[in-house]
Amino acid sequence: MSTTRHFRVWRGDDEGGQLTDYDVEVNEGEVVLDIIHRLQATQAPELAVRWNCKAGKCGSCSAEINGKPGLLCMTRMNTFGEDQTVTVTPVRTFPVIKDLVTDVSFNYEKAREIPAFTPPADLKPGEYRMQQVDVERSQEFRKCIECFMCQNVCHVIRDHEENKEAFAGPRLFIRAAELDMHPLDARDDRKEFAKEEQGLGFCNITKCCTEVCPEHIKITDNAIIPMKERVVDRKYDPLTWLGRKIFRRDQLESGAK
Amino acid sequence: MVDNNITRHSFDVVVIGAGGAGLRAAIEARLAGKKTAIISKSLFGKAHTVMAEGGAAAAMGNVNSNDNWQVHYRDTIRGGKFLNNYRMAELHAKEAPDRIWELETYGALFDRTKDGKISQRNFGGHEYPRLAHVGDRTGLELIRTLQQKIVSLQQDDFREFGDYDARLAVFAETTITELILDDGKIAGAFGYRREDGEFLLFEAPAVILATGGVGKSFKVTSNSWEYTGDGHALAMRAGANLVNMEFLQFHPTGMVWPLSVKGLLVTESVRGDGGVLRNSEGKRFMFDYIPEVFKAQYATTEEEGDRWYTDPDNNKRPPELLPRDEVARAINSEVKAGRGTEHGGVFLDVSTRMKPEEIIKRLPSMHHQFKELADVDITKVPMEVGPTCHYVMGGVEVDPDSAESAVPGLFAAGEVSGGMHGSNRLGGNSLSDLLVFGKRAGEYAALHVDRLADARPVVSQEALDAAVAKALAPLVDDPSDGENPYTVQYELQDIMHSLVGIIRRAEELEDALVKIAEFKKRLANVRVGGGRKYNPGWHLAIDLHNMLLCSEAVAKAALERTESRGGHTRDDHGKMDPSWRKVNLVCSYADNGVALRRQPVPTMPHELLSLFERSELAKYLTDEEIAAFDSNGSKDGDKE
Amino acid sequence: MTTTAATPPRPRAAIAERTLRTDRWWLTPLLTFLGLAGFLVYATVRIFVDTDYWVDAYHYLAPFYSPCLADSCVPGSSHFLGSPFPQLPSWMSPAMIILVLPGGFRATCYYYRKSYYRSFWLSPPACAVPDGHKKYTGETRFPLLVQNVHRYFFYAAVLVGAVLTYDATLSFHGKDGGFGIGLGTVILWLNVVLIWAYTLGCHSCRNIVGGRLTHFSKHPIRYWMWTQVGKLNKRHQLFAWLSMFSVVAADAYVWAVSAGMTDLRIFN
Repeated sequence: MSTTRHFRVWRGDDEGGQLTDYDVEVNEGEVVLDIIHRLQATQAPELAVRWNCKAGKCGSCSAEINGKPGLLCMTRMNTFGEDQTVTVTPVRTFPVIKDLVTDVSFNYEKAREIPAFTPPADLKPGEYRMQQVDVERSQEFRKCIECFMCQNVCHVIRDHEENKEAFAGPRLFIRAAELDMHPLDARDDRKEFAKEEQGLGFCNITKCCTEVCPEHIKITDNAIIPMKERVVDRKYDPLTWLGRKIFRRDQLESGAK
Repeated sequence: MVDNNITRHSFDVVVIGAGGAGLRAAIEARLAGKKTAIISKSLFGKAHTVMAEGGAAAAMGNVNSNDNWQVHYRDTIRGGKFLNNYRMAELHAKEAPDRIWELETYGALFDRTKDGKISQRNFGGHEYPRLAHVGDRTGLELIRTLQQKIVSLQQDDFREFGDYDARLAVFAETTITELILDDGKIAGAFGYRREDGEFLLFEAPAVILATGGVGKSFKVTSNSWEYTGDGHALAMRAGANLVNMEFLQFHPTGMVWPLSVKGLLVTESVRGDGGVLRNSEGKRFMFDYIPEVFKAQYATTEEEGDRWYTDPDNNKRPPELLPRDEVARAINSEVKAGRGTEHGGVFLDVSTRMKPEEIIKRLPSMHHQFKELADVDITKVPMEVGPTCHYVMGGVEVDPDSAESAVPGLFAAGEVSGGMHGSNRLGGNSLSDLLVFGKRAGEYAALHVDRLADARPVVSQEALDAAVAKALAPLVDDPSDGENPYTVQYELQDIMHSLVGIIRRAEELEDALVKIAEFKKRLANVRVGGGRKYNPGWHLAIDLHNMLLCSEAVAKAALERTESRGGHTRDDHGKMDPSWRKVNLVCSYADNGVALRRQPVPTMPHELLSLFERSELAKYLTDEEIAAFDSNGSKDGDKE
Repeated sequence: MTTTAATPPRPRAAIAERTLRTDRWWLTPLLTFLGLAGFLVYATVRIFVDTDYWVDAYHYLAPFYSPCLADSCVPGSSHFLGSPFPQLPSWMSPAMIILVLPGGFRATCYYYRKSYYRSFWLSPPACAVPDGHKKYTGETRFPLLVQNVHRYFFYAAVLVGAVLTYDATLSFHGKDGGFGIGLGTVILWLNVVLIWAYTLGCHSCRNIVGGRLTHFSKHPIRYWMWTQVGKLNKRHQLFAWLSMFSVVAADAYVWAVSAGMTDLRIFN
């Protein structure tokens, strides 16, 4: 069962571009990426699109479909009306390379800045013991497929290029939370790093990152807000402060690492 | 448009491929103090390893303490139908646990047992629960862990040298098109950057191939566009040999419907956790397909099979967990016999056997994937599955210990290397293979560089000019007279799927070779417009050379081997033949094509052979080999 | 990294349309705006009314005026907390004193922050729709840095919740002075339940009871609490709205009964 649908695809590069119209065949059970591939094979061999697994697992084919950030391989054609035009554009927050491909190196640069997992000094490989309940929170964040759509949709940098230097973005906030909640990470300054170096305070928790996450990671509720709260634990909480005064610090394992 | 200038880089070790094997190799080379480059065809962290779901096999014995390397070794050889390179399988079984434990020191978070160790799950062909896993996204965990370890090493270098890339640099979206030799030794690698089409030369005395497999030459495949056999082809053209190319693993359970997920894998854990296969008549047909050699290890009734899920010590496992090739063939037979589903598959059902919550808990990404990609809820309806091209057992012939090929300075690890898995790979053995031999390749590549000292091979201008000319050949202003690369690719995939697919026959293979020869002629006429900037058409035109060369190797080897074994099934030679077990088919490059020759399989030493029951050996070995085994055994007996 | 700052940003795709969203993305911020604005209007009117917040016959105290802490409170409406505040100036009502606490709790609540940043500040109005502001610093500096005091308000909100629970208990008061139940009692209780569901589902609460721990396995009770709070927290948005409606409903009901409407009595 195939129909002809109308597509508009942004074609261009860093010198400019425009939405280009295509009429293209669509079959039952296809996703937008299938259609982009059909365009490549039949009408536009040099149409640039980044993709790999076509299974929602690698996070390569991020784009914007009818103005909404999404993975091309996970946007089913049956979510559109038969006479609805489908508009596909590259993600807006990052510099364009060509057509649907953008330069996402911002995310890799930010990832380099966050201190890596620091193994405990007293444990050799094979001696690590962790309980499932203790690893589960971090495991949620490690589901991240790095499609960078949370970074793309975040208005802090999407609408304010000048914030890119000071702001690491949701992808890196979940990395910070993952490491801070890791049962065996030896560093104790991840909260401070998130606040001072990653620009956690820029986030106004409007939750678009969570809305677009294809892995359904609760970025805001489970990572960003807990990190904000953990910063408060260290900086502003009256009870913690009082506790520190009254008890010895080592009795407060719960608050810190 | 970029001109023909070539940006030159100089490294000690260049790793081509940024999947599990490549990253592990790069870590090792960098830890050995070598200036290392990682060439990634896609973005960093997107490699095909992320698709691996089930886990990484390593005999840690965390769940069942009876497990050890010998048992793992035995399972691997059994799965590979005794065609494995015994030394690779031995190293793999012995070193896998250390490679897994090491990942924890990089920050990996595997699922845990009650006592806090790494949890291990059951998998097809593995006698004990052996697969370290994270839900069903183990590959992602592996790649992310290695990626983050690399970043961590770069941070160390930044502190020391003020430059993240000082000793370990990642070149994302860069494709290598040629290896450059100097007097038969590796001198460097040439390629282009996707972003702007700029040419790059990496001068390096050691190159590690970690490019994965060849699946993109098939119509139904779980492999991504990158899997065009680049490493296989580069190695051949550089003078190295490929071994076992006739063995392709068709994963038994790929989705056949809906179209958006055609070819996509349904992890084996679906079966390991209780999923069963049924034909259109509702029958659990796998009980009809237990081969003689496996009769002793598998349940013969549904009742016993079902008991195994809760009491594995006292019951035999259900036949849904037979090695992949057996399951794939069984499904194929059912469909051919007219008992398949509407879309040409069979039903894989967990919905009637597990509670929805349990399915979501144990198979989260499966559930998620089908819900989102295909609007299918696996807690409610069965999946429609069939064989999909998944993995190539064949690859670059390497020295087991050093992972070095016949070309000095050229190493290979992971799927691109051959021998380790014999004729069929067990699920879970790939991720551990990546780590074990990735590390070894990195280690020995560094050693190779040390041994060379200052006598480094040199890249000649002629070789460079030739590489540039070849890369630019398909690119023209007006492509209308030439062949469309996509058309050639589709037709090749079609031919490979129908003529060199899961069930093969001599006439069809001969036919395929004729077609491949035609494709080669057409390939010379493939033309693409649009310039060098991120031009997928151009990239495909270049990749097609590799796809064709690998396809030819597969077809030639498949035609030569007149028996059925593991990932090679001949309709016209249905039986496994012990005399073929002693033979490796080796492909090398000659006259812009593939030359094939036979070579003896390395002989397994007696102490490894004796890990098996004699009765089992008798199923695989020739009578002379069995006689030799017996006399060897009695010699042992005499000594005592 | 050094490169991000030094080199001018490379251009993004030149897409003329500010947003290409075709759905009614403006509907949610509009409804949120109307809902929150409606509440603010009601609250503003209500705190200046300064009357009709106590129904002596059934011991109904309007939530906006609870606890009533000034000498100017209607007789009977001040309870065990007494009246630490003196006679208030005529323009000021006792509601103004106490509403700072629940008001502050909601104003700094992570959910309400999202809702009003989106609907009032349009920062952003919806995902992938430009926020239209020239400059944006988020919650990095004063005044929005103060949002971090949410936790203080949470502690206060627990006390307020306790008082409202006390009020609801008092509302089991019959005409004859003994036990009684009216529609007002039911409404007050419903309100209290929703207020607790909202208060205990607070993100700060989730952190305090267990979220800040690294090793849940060593603190099974706190892990259990964290899990329970997590269940409420998942529905924080829902309870934020329900409890906002219920507090208005409860307040308006008491106001109406106090002003002369007949309370529907179920028992005595």
